[in-house]
Amino acid sequence: MAIVVDRRLSLIDRLYLPGILRGMWITLKHLFRRKFTMQYPEERWTFPEGFRGVPALVKDQEGRVKCVACYLCQFVCPPKAITITAGELSSGNVEKYPAAFEINMLRCIYCQLCEEVCPEQAIFLTKDYEVAGGKRTDLIFDKEKLLEIGGVRQDPIMKWAGK
Amino acid sequence: MASPEGIIGEQPLERREPQNLGLLDQRFDANIITTTLDKVFNWARRSALWPMSFGLACCAIEMMAAVASRYDIDRFGAGVYRATPRQSDLMIVAGTVTEKMGPVVKRLYDQMPDPKWVISMGACATCGGPFPTYSTMQGVDRVVPVDVYIPGCPPRPEALLHGILRLQDRIDQMSIARRRSV
Repeated sequence: MAIVVDRRLSLIDRLYLPGILRGMWITLKHLFRRKFTMQYPEERWTFPEGFRGVPALVKDQEGRVKCVACYLCQFVCPPKAITITAGELSSGNVEKYPAAFEINMLRCIYCQLCEEVCPEQAIFLTKDYEVAGGKRTDLIFDKEKLLEIGGVRQDPIMKWAGK
Repeated sequence: MASPEGIIGEQPLERREPQNLGLLDQRFDANIITTTLDKVFNWARRSALWPMSFGLACCAIEMMAAVASRYDIDRFGAGVYRATPRQSDLMIVAGTVTEKMGPVVKRLYDQMPDPKWVISMGACATCGGPFPTYSTMQGVDRVVPVDVYIPGCPPRPEALLHGILRLQDRIDQMSIARRRSV
């Protein structure tokens, strides 16, 4: 047996005005509160230590490219964004260097596995994330571009010092 | 309806110049009247980019975050998400495009009125991302021409806003004047 409930509205409810005014009062209160919006292009977020942005190659303090083209990052990269072509060095303790080092930023998922796996600490994730581009070819970063982003990072190990 | 094989190309499509499709378009050479009109038109188009609400995967969550009050995409006039392609100027393809979804994306793009733009948001939409598989389309630019690619998995809301700003720069380059044949 269905129970019929009388749901007729009272005069105040039928006017709708109190409800509207109550809602507008909340809107008015928010007008004078602290602004929640971050004014993005002028105002930036300060990222915590572990933030992962665009990967980049680094040089050591003597201007050498630290990468030795061991292909570990290319192997570990989940979306297969890294492509390395190795070149051979005849002199010195380092046998290989990256003749070409490309990261396809379209595929890169900023997972930091390349930085974790790198035995030479040659690849790092920066805090940059603004890499939108108009063409596919704009977003395939080559070695020069990656070194330009990465810059110089002090080598605490000094593996090749004095050799 | 054409078969998916007929729609999905093997090669990425080139970036397409947006069409004005007005009575004035391509009628006059560049002079003071057309360039002033360009400024007005481009201001209007740039400041009221209505996107189509179009979320395919997890990138859509970041897109929603960009609409919310912290990032507030409405500051750039691109916050009026339309539920129909007929009313929208911008298609933000956010997420993995499967081979089955590809023809749908193409149809929705064709239903949008000119001038129209496409933002490909995230690694999946731009090139398949971490899914180089049989079922995932390796880039939405195989079915629709993309204007701005935003990498990231998913991109931050700021990265989406950055992409929209890049698109606004691109809209500013539009002109109704007759293009010089090279």
